[in-house]
Amino acid sequence: MNNIAGSKSSLTWIVHITVAALVILWMVPTVGLFVSSFRTADQISTNGWWQALFPSEQNLTLRSAAPETQIEQDGLFVIEGRLFDDGVKAEISVWGITSRNIDAFKPGETAELRKGGTITVQADGRYRMEHTEPFTGSRGSRVFVTATQPPKFTLENYNKILFEKRNVDGMGKAFLNTFTVTIPATIIPILVAAFAAYALAWMDFPGRALLVAAVVGLLVVPLQLALIPLLKFHQDIGIGKGYLGVWMAHTGFGLPLAIYLLRNYMAGLPRDIIENARVDGATDFQIFTKLILPLSFPALASFAIFQFLWTWNDLLVAKVFLIDATGQTTVMTARIIELLGTRGGNWEILATAAFVSIAVPLAVFFAMQKYLVRGLLAGSVK
Amino acid sequence: MADLKLTNVAKSYGNAMYVLQDINLDIKQGELVVFVGPSGCGKSTLLRMIAGLEKISGGRLEIDGQVVNDVPPAQRGIAMVFQSYALYPHMTVRENMAFALRIARKPRDEINAAVERAAKILQLEPYLDRLPKALSGGQRQRVAIGRSIVRDPKVYLFDEPLSNLDAALRVATRIEIAKLKESMPDSTMIYVTHDQVEAMTLASRIVVLANKGIAQVGTPLDLYERPENEFVAQFIGSPAMNLLPGKIVETGEQTRVDLDGGGSAVCAIPTQPGDKGKAVNIGVRPEDLVASQSETPLFKGKVDIIEALGEVTLLYFESQGGREPVIAKFTGIHPELRGQEIGLTAAPEKVHLFHQGQSMRP
Amino acid sequence: MNLDLLNSPAVLGVVTIVLGVSGCVGYFYFSNLILDKVIFPPRGRNAGRNINYANMVRPWLFLLPALLALGLYLAYPVFKTLHFSLTERVPGGGNVWVGAANYQQMLKEPKFWEAMRNNMLWLIVVPALATAFGLLVAQLTDRIRWGNIAKSLIFMPMAISFVGASVIWKLVYDTRPAEQDQIGMLNALYIFFGGSDPQTWLTIPFWNNFFLMAVLVWIQTGFAMVILSAALRGIPEETVEAAIVDGASPLTIFFKIKVPQIRATILVVWTTITITVLKVFDIVFAMTNGQWETQVLANYMYDKLFRANDWGVGSAAAMVIMLLVAPILVWNVRNARNEMR
Repeated sequence: MNNIAGSKSSLTWIVHITVAALVILWMVPTVGLFVSSFRTADQISTNGWWQALFPSEQNLTLRSAAPETQIEQDGLFVIEGRLFDDGVKAEISVWGITSRNIDAFKPGETAELRKGGTITVQADGRYRMEHTEPFTGSRGSRVFVTATQPPKFTLENYNKILFEKRNVDGMGKAFLNTFTVTIPATIIPILVAAFAAYALAWMDFPGRALLVAAVVGLLVVPLQLALIPLLKFHQDIGIGKGYLGVWMAHTGFGLPLAIYLLRNYMAGLPRDIIENARVDGATDFQIFTKLILPLSFPALASFAIFQFLWTWNDLLVAKVFLIDATGQTTVMTARIIELLGTRGGNWEILATAAFVSIAVPLAVFFAMQKYLVRGLLAGSVK
Repeated sequence: MADLKLTNVAKSYGNAMYVLQDINLDIKQGELVVFVGPSGCGKSTLLRMIAGLEKISGGRLEIDGQVVNDVPPAQRGIAMVFQSYALYPHMTVRENMAFALRIARKPRDEINAAVERAAKILQLEPYLDRLPKALSGGQRQRVAIGRSIVRDPKVYLFDEPLSNLDAALRVATRIEIAKLKESMPDSTMIYVTHDQVEAMTLASRIVVLANKGIAQVGTPLDLYERPENEFVAQFIGSPAMNLLPGKIVETGEQTRVDLDGGGSAVCAIPTQPGDKGKAVNIGVRPEDLVASQSETPLFKGKVDIIEALGEVTLLYFESQGGREPVIAKFTGIHPELRGQEIGLTAAPEKVHLFHQGQSMRP
Repeated sequence: MNLDLLNSPAVLGVVTIVLGVSGCVGYFYFSNLILDKVIFPPRGRNAGRNINYANMVRPWLFLLPALLALGLYLAYPVFKTLHFSLTERVPGGGNVWVGAANYQQMLKEPKFWEAMRNNMLWLIVVPALATAFGLLVAQLTDRIRWGNIAKSLIFMPMAISFVGASVIWKLVYDTRPAEQDQIGMLNALYIFFGGSDPQTWLTIPFWNNFFLMAVLVWIQTGFAMVILSAALRGIPEETVEAAIVDGASPLTIFFKIKVPQIRATILVVWTTITITVLKVFDIVFAMTNGQWETQVLANYMYDKLFRANDWGVGSAAAMVIMLLVAPILVWNVRNARNEMR
């Protein structure tokens, strides 16, 4: 439609700007959490994450080197060095030597120290202290600077959350647990559903239409209804709370969508191909394994992604069917809820924990978006 | 390679809805039989019943003297070529052709030999390791045929195999199928089409299906020259045969009919004295009509529309009494005839005679 | 071998996958084999009849595992929950019939009515906003070159868990004391545009519901956009071109030509989001846990079932959710049956 003569370019610009605004609006919350997960606790609590992206002016209290490093030069006792750590780039705008007067001097100026001697501080943080007598004491003297520092990020949060064994806030185990829940809960329903979908799509038997309708109906049954009866059932047959229970529950809850998606896709495969295979002598089982399964790959992939995202992101089913009092089998979503309760203000922990749990689905999302979209289009009841 | 026999075969969906009834047909080994008919006449259904893809609701189907009504498709010794080719999209040409033999657990050497042989016949050797989507329409069609050759079936079934091809390719592939048939004189083939050129050129016999049953079975020229009823007469040949109503006025070795439109026709079909006065339709093919200066032509009328096709010209006459217009086919180009009043006649042996829809030819 | 390793969930998981998959394949393979070779062999006098019998049984072989799972995990619980909602647990095990008492008790609780009111709010606001935003984005991105990237980014929240999204938005709504820099975007903007004191957004009764809904709208817009975008592409180009030739403005084309043609799809999107809304639990659970008048039915039910251990009232609440879903269920089933015909 861009080819139509006489279309107004101002309108096109409005469209571009509106879309850009919407995209920013949708991205900003996630970006905020993402940026925060790379900041230290101090940084997060001093200013907003959006300020972390730009060089920021901060008031810092720094200390010169200790007197024991002094050297004697031409009768003067001298301490030289840099206020910032190696590798830190910062620019001092003003500085002082008392906390009441932190902006007394400009870079390059010299101040009289209270205990005698002078100090000169340069813009890049280098300083030189001079005194006619030796400096005494065990610690260097304090310097208050107002410095502009470039953005600074750290991976420390991730290190702590994922790999520190002792950390009570750690997510390492929960991460593994989530994987343990997700993989079988994704694979098993696919197989069960694929066979059923083939029967519903390509085999003739009385009651077929009724069964398809029943599957459509079950598609919207809230799983909330299943919690208590099934928990009781699991306890009665002796599996109680645990991985087996959660795998079975996810399989059951995932089946309607799986059957619905796969049946619709399989029913769309060309009839001739299947009949030709019959003429070629293939049994139903062979038709299914040699033709239907390979040809249904897109639909299988779509459902696999759905089920993976759903089981990975699930909280309720895990809480009810998996997590027992020991807490050994907790999953990431449940862990984050606990952290929200105990560490509600510690954003460096929350943000990192949340991002650890979000990272895998996001990677799957961007890698396999095509199949996800296809599945959504096929899966919404028309 | 085998005979095929259908006895009183019928097909119904539900109880009363018959789509095919009383189909009796004998197909001998080595024949290429073509089913033709208007769309919805059940020709594809009949083919699928022979294949075993549709249940037979009544009657008997025998292949090589054995009743196969309840035998599954794979065990009937048939191979089928579908209109859409039905190639397995995820398998290479080689795998497509080998599929049936692999299912039957044939030894690897035998499978390879069969595939190579079929590929050679159909000139598919360079494409054996390609996927179907990398082939042209004609090549795909050849793969579909190759797939059936590999199985060495008793009966080949073709379900409108050319209708997905464009016009030029259709002619080329038609000739290829004809050659293929010639190279396998013992094989029995059944071919469904709605295209009468395909039927006329390929068939050793044609089965015209209409009205839930068989209208006529015969060689192509039989059907053209000696149609048994008005339906076949009008279905075979293009443009369709002209039918003109009239009454028999003279019987004997030759029959004379006075037409309702005023003309008069002589027909080389003998009739009995008792036939005199019967209401009949005479049939004349457009290509058999010639211009005539006679006082009593078969038909006289004004040329309404001319269609110049190059080697022939079609003349559409003004219709009389709400009937289909009479059409004549003259060789050459005749733009000057438009609007002219022309008399037409036909040789007596080219005039067909129908009473109540059926031919009066003995 | 190390026993700990054997007991670790990872090994258990691998074993389950192998057992589950080979169990499924084995079941299907051998049940077919037995059917074809032992029960109804296609040989001998009854070959034809046997094949027909085998083909009558086979669909049920293919369906059996799925039917068992569906029946046990979805159909049976509906009836069992109904049963629970009409009974009371007695100490020492067992249930006694109490009729509608659980429902009566529930209807007397103000928390239930608060949950009902909030759920109705969610039902109106979330599907409407998500569908509207989705339609807007779908239409706008249709014409621009970087539209696919834009759609991909707006679609992204679909992959994020409700819990993750709750954390993300809690940071947006974060509140610091007035004298400090605000680290929550909303308060920072509020102060920037002249607001006096930073607000604790999630504790402002009534309005806090909308801050929770924003999270779900943020997630569901991508879903609506994807479906509606496909529907917009499916509109015959000629109808739009005809409208352009007729002199319709872009707005007229959108509302008078395009939207009417995708009305059915809009309805589908609306109902699908409606169902999601009815089940919404994680967001409320994570962000407010129903405090400050933000209770919703699903969380109310969870409270009753697992905190108060009151299965009767909890099940009654679950039945209310089922009742609200029921019309959509019926509608979907009817559509599916029409389509099958």
